[in-house]
Amino acid sequence: MQKLTRGELVRKAEELLDNGEVKHVLGWRAGEFDYDLTPSVFDTKDDIEANFRFDDFCGPNFSKYLVKKTRELEGKILVFLKPCDTYSFNELLTEHRFDREKVYVVGIECSGMADIFKIKEIAGEGISKIEPDGEYLSVASLYDDEPVKIKASDVLEERCINCKSKKHVVYDELLGEEGEEQDSGRFEEVEKLEKMTSEERFGFWKKELSRCIRCNACRDVCPACTCEKCVFDNPDSGTQNKSPATTFEEQNFHIIRAYHVAGRCTDCGECSRVCPQRIPLHLLNRKFIKDIDSFYGDYQAGQEAGQRNPLIDYTQNDIDPSEIFGGAK
Amino acid sequence: MQVNNDTEKDYKPLIVAFCCNWCSYAGADLAGNNRLSYPADVKIIRVPCSGRLNPLFVLRAFQRGADGVIICGCHPGDCHYTTGNYYTRRRMALLFSMLDYLGIERERTKVAWISAAEGQRFAETMNEFTSQVASLGKNKRLEDLRCKN
Amino acid sequence: MQRIGVFVCHCGTNIAGTVDVSQVAEALSHEPGVVYSKDYTYMCSATGQGMLKDAIRDYNLTGVVICSCSPRMHENTFRKAAEQAGLNPFMLEIANIREQCSWVHKDMAIGTAKAIVLGRAAVAKVNLNAPLTSGETAVTKRALVIGGGIAGIQTALDIADAGFPVDIVEKKPTIGGKMAQLDKTFPTLDCAACILTPKMVEAQQNENITIYSYSEVEDVKGFVGNFDVKIRRKARYVDETKCTGCGLCTEKCPMKKVPNEFNLGMDSRHAVYIPFAQAVPKVATIDPNYCLKLKSGKCGLCSKVCSVGAIDYTQKDEIIEEKYGAIVVATGYNPISLDKFDEFAYSKSKDVISSLELERLMNAAGPTGGTLLRPSDGTHPHTVVFVQCVGSRCEANAEKGKEYCSKICCMYTAKHAMLIRDKYPDTDVYVFYIDVRTPGKNFDEFYRRAVEQYGVHYIKGMVGKVTPEDGKLKVQASDLLDNRQLKIDADMVVLAAAIEPDKSARPLATMLTASMDTNDFFTEAHPKLRPVESPTAGVFLSGVCQGPKDIPETVAQAGAAASKAIGLLCKDKLKNNACVAESNEMMCNGCSQCEKVCAYGAITYVDKEFRMPDRTTQVRRVASVNPAVCQGCGACASACPSGAMDLKGFKNDQILAEVDALCR
Repeated sequence: MQKLTRGELVRKAEELLDNGEVKHVLGWRAGEFDYDLTPSVFDTKDDIEANFRFDDFCGPNFSKYLVKKTRELEGKILVFLKPCDTYSFNELLTEHRFDREKVYVVGIECSGMADIFKIKEIAGEGISKIEPDGEYLSVASLYDDEPVKIKASDVLEERCINCKSKKHVVYDELLGEEGEEQDSGRFEEVEKLEKMTSEERFGFWKKELSRCIRCNACRDVCPACTCEKCVFDNPDSGTQNKSPATTFEEQNFHIIRAYHVAGRCTDCGECSRVCPQRIPLHLLNRKFIKDIDSFYGDYQAGQEAGQRNPLIDYTQNDIDPSEIFGGAK
Repeated sequence: MQVNNDTEKDYKPLIVAFCCNWCSYAGADLAGNNRLSYPADVKIIRVPCSGRLNPLFVLRAFQRGADGVIICGCHPGDCHYTTGNYYTRRRMALLFSMLDYLGIERERTKVAWISAAEGQRFAETMNEFTSQVASLGKNKRLEDLRCKN
Repeated sequence: MQRIGVFVCHCGTNIAGTVDVSQVAEALSHEPGVVYSKDYTYMCSATGQGMLKDAIRDYNLTGVVICSCSPRMHENTFRKAAEQAGLNPFMLEIANIREQCSWVHKDMAIGTAKAIVLGRAAVAKVNLNAPLTSGETAVTKRALVIGGGIAGIQTALDIADAGFPVDIVEKKPTIGGKMAQLDKTFPTLDCAACILTPKMVEAQQNENITIYSYSEVEDVKGFVGNFDVKIRRKARYVDETKCTGCGLCTEKCPMKKVPNEFNLGMDSRHAVYIPFAQAVPKVATIDPNYCLKLKSGKCGLCSKVCSVGAIDYTQKDEIIEEKYGAIVVATGYNPISLDKFDEFAYSKSKDVISSLELERLMNAAGPTGGTLLRPSDGTHPHTVVFVQCVGSRCEANAEKGKEYCSKICCMYTAKHAMLIRDKYPDTDVYVFYIDVRTPGKNFDEFYRRAVEQYGVHYIKGMVGKVTPEDGKLKVQASDLLDNRQLKIDADMVVLAAAIEPDKSARPLATMLTASMDTNDFFTEAHPKLRPVESPTAGVFLSGVCQGPKDIPETVAQAGAAASKAIGLLCKDKLKNNACVAESNEMMCNGCSQCEKVCAYGAITYVDKEFRMPDRTTQVRRVASVNPAVCQGCGACASACPSGAMDLKGFKNDQILAEVDALCR
């Protein structure tokens, strides 16, 4: 359950539209289902009044949309960013992907977002309506007469359970209270995998990655994947592959995808959120993050704009690839 | 699907070696000049600098059936282009760690720093690496049989 | 589709002994694109090359693969031959079947099989080759030397001697640098001024040399052969063209209490001044921080006494713009600040001085007229303690000091000790050292003379503390060889301060896109083989800006930097590397990752307008490679996330094709 209310966000958006500070508002629009909100641009107060949403399903990270929207739209854009979204925002600034001057950032307090898959596990399919009810979510479905009450904290998204920071690293204005960086257990799963044997790990990933249907949702949502032309769509790249016709997805696609964002991935968790097959993609990204931290010192992508990502940096005494598994040079 | 009928006995690994032009490729030439033999399973691709190596090249080799990939560059600090191998060192450390994490045998990958004067070292490194890879058998975890003719 | 010719060389029996060359030629004839395949005894011979040329013409070949020795051996030979036959030289690739096949494998079947695979990879690559041409850029035949110390002066003289115009930019009012402040030079003990000032005059009189003193480099644009440089000429309030250097203005200036930086603040000068008698250019400069006229509008005495009317209080900074083909950095060094070294009481007692201060105290033109006197009371010191390695060879991450050895201190301390013992035999001289490092011609002999002939007490150990007490300096130290503590009542303590690059070096390096190490020394293009070139093409390094060194080394390096610059300026056109990186602007994200890994500063970003499919236009930031600067390493291509950046001659798809061919 969010502490911040929709009303507060709407008032802020309307105020900024009124005083001319911004021309457009990037926000969550009501979608086909209550739990399926669409990132969208609002230009009028009427539209905001009618369709703007803010609740436990506002997972989408808007940073990425700014790349295209700042190019397409005239005038400043108001964007609402949760703490984890602000890291992506900074990372994109580092990469010169949009003009900071064209964006007005309102940082919003976040109490964690709900995972619809977890809700469905409890309430079943055919969900028709989800309404907040104190600490609970009241979930109505086509097949049940009475709505099911689910405690919101029981169905938090994985990335919210392991939230790395409730602190915004960038904003022009803040709504709600500023939080702190969190002491999260986000690397525990990675460590568990690391402790397995090579065979077990291969088995684990084979099972996970063979489910990939190559819908590209992970890539499309990723705020680090903003290439003008993606290597997976480019016939000249040597990695183009449109459909899961070979074992490419199982064996290469996800390594290449994770490697592409290594050092730039802020661990926002969007890839895992949108995966329709529920592949724990964040475990690939976090492996890179964990390795970078342990090999080259703690590094958080997006902490500050203008940082030098560890893959395009070096020190003369970096660990040698022969030493990463504990062997001597 | 084609089945790999290679028996353990006549199994020959396929090793792709990327060598930077200025140090390691010259080191390989020196091994040749001194007639220092190493297994013919090692096939060398010349690149200007180990820094030219996109991790994709390594993955592609495995996908197409290589059993081991070794990357050879100038010793850190001696790069012809001053810093290229420093980036390679980071890129490959992270790539190898990730491959291991995915359950690809870590013995199939290696980075070796070999100077133009180290013909002996080149041959020794290739001998060691080939037998290390051979003991693992065929790369089945990353090879995509459907990419084969 | 390419029309590829394959030539398999026997190299006598070198290849043919272990590889069935005809089988290789036969096998490769079936590869895609191959229209001609043949083996021959010696491809590199005139006949072999003739055969190559004939085949290119007769079969309209668009690509060639030579299976032979290492490309490091004969790639150029064959490429030249191909070019003579009208084929672009970069359409030829070599499969190394000698050094990397026949010479390292003994079995004919194995060798032949491997040679075929290597040939296949080369064919696969040539199928994707594209003709490459090297661009050419013109060279501006003028050099810029930044810094007018001995390094800069020597470089400028050598370049000027070769007939090229050269400008020296010096931020101080005179050239001469640190060497002008030195008294005697080791190991010959000749006077620094006697050997330096003639060179300064020579520089001034050389018609190829222009000296911009009291000036700083403000901006550098461009690249090798074509640098555009903005130089700020700071207002000295004296017309350089009129001033005769008579010094009358200085005599009359009422503002006499300005700390004299040339004597390191140990005496004073006037607000209008000439730094020292032999200054070049010998013209006065008005110090705006102290001049009464400039500060309050009252005074104007200097203007009244100047017979040539050179004083101009209204002078403003002037920016001049000039084009250069080569830039030599000679920004030099300074001793580090000793403020943090409280244990030696440097800031507490006037009698604790730095070695450079001692140089001035010993110099006939210095504040004491060359008599060694204590700065505190003007008395003659009877016990002098030298402390070596103050701030040098410190531990990594230490709060103060440098990790490196400053190199010159051992020798100049031996010189100081010797000179004091020579002039004042009644003075006891102690030198505390960690190690005495005297490699160099006649250096160790010099040091031993100080110990053996002049009786200087060299003690291995560090000074722990210096305490001023009753006009004396109580020195507590340890003698590591005797393993005992020492207490010495000294009259004077001299600290051999570490040297560090001048503070102006870092901003300059940024302007030049030249790289620096963590200590702010400029890095070389190659630490051993290209020690006077910066990785940035057209930028050369002279003197201590590259690393600590003494005068003879500096002069030698200055000459080397000059010869490199001359080598560049001699050329009318620079031929660029053909295998350079290239960015596909349609795909470039403008993310700057390539720029950050480029060791040569070859990549810049431009805002470019693109027409979109819907006929609107968009402005995007895209990378652009300067082919005159790119060295073709390809680090950018592997850093590029989108694959927009690629390296000609070693393109992503070419390398992938080789991989595929090897794995087939």
